[in-house]
Amino acid sequence: MDPSAAKLIGAGLACTALIGAGTGIGIIFGNFLQGALRNPTAAPGQFPNLLLGFALAEATGLFGLVIALILLFVF
Amino acid sequence: MIDWFISAAHAAAAEGGAHGGHEFNPMHQFSIQKYFDIHLFGYTVPFTNSALWMVMATTFMTALLLYSMQKASLVPSRLQSFGEITYEFVANMVRQNAGNAGMKYFPVIFTIFLFVLSLNMLGMIPLPGLGQFTVTSHIIITFALAAFVFIGVTLIGIFKHGFGFLKLFVPSGVPIWLLPLITVIEIISYFTRPISLSVRLFANMMAGHTMLAVFASFVVGLGIIGGWVPFIFMVLLMGLEVLIAFLQAYVFAVLSSIYLHDALHAAEH
Repeated sequence: MDPSAAKLIGAGLACTALIGAGTGIGIIFGNFLQGALRNPTAAPGQFPNLLLGFALAEATGLFGLVIALILLFVF
Repeated sequence: MIDWFISAAHAAAAEGGAHGGHEFNPMHQFSIQKYFDIHLFGYTVPFTNSALWMVMATTFMTALLLYSMQKASLVPSRLQSFGEITYEFVANMVRQNAGNAGMKYFPVIFTIFLFVLSLNMLGMIPLPGLGQFTVTSHIIITFALAAFVFIGVTLIGIFKHGFGFLKLFVPSGVPIWLLPLITVIEIISYFTRPISLSVRLFANMMAGHTMLAVFASFVVGLGIIGGWVPFIFMVLLMGLEVLIAFLQAYVFAVLSSIYLHDALHAAEH
């Protein structure tokens, strides 16, 4: 196989890390809404934790994206 | 002062002109341009657009905080309450995550938070003549910040607990046959902290700005008739990016204070 083709396929495969990020962000916001609707008075206090969880989940997906960008632009 | 400013503007314009007609490259916005050299103790230090943006961010935040506290009164003005809210926000965050013992290191966390926040936010604003640049979208900057936090926190832990600091790697309440495995995992996770801390910020900034550039190219490519659809998306994405710029500064500061908490209470595990 042509090495440049392997590079492109590898970059595409690395982007599948974003599946996990999407799932994780969905789980975080879904569970927050579920909890917030059950106990609305406690919800504002947990908002910073929601944002923290969102950022942490998003970052793990972006690690995969960085691998893809490294494959595309460095090699 | 004015001289290099104008020449820098000309350089940026020439660069833009040379690039405008050719193919579009979303990575071009991350290129570092040298404005002039500073000769210091026999070394040549190039003053780049990255340095210029860092100077702008530091000056802006210092001036804003100093000016907001200039005429401090019991009933705060709008600017004063901005300064107070910022202070309170970070102080509460450090107190929650690092405990009262961590408040000694509040100035460092506050400075890191404001530095990263202002760099992220300045990166969202295109400046006339200078273009647009995000300092935090370069891994060397974020890695230097994260390494500073990591080394500082480790030194605090070692000075405070001595050899007791090593208890951080041996959590209590774990079955004895699991300990060798857990300890190795804890050590690895401790030493990947600066990498994950820096890559998180850098990847978010770089991915966000690349995405903005790609969507902006759709607006230009579709022209005045079809360009409105991606343009609306562009506005929404800009809002998301402002949120992310704030959030990543916040996460950087929160994780720094969590690491600080670990170091301060290492022996109590």
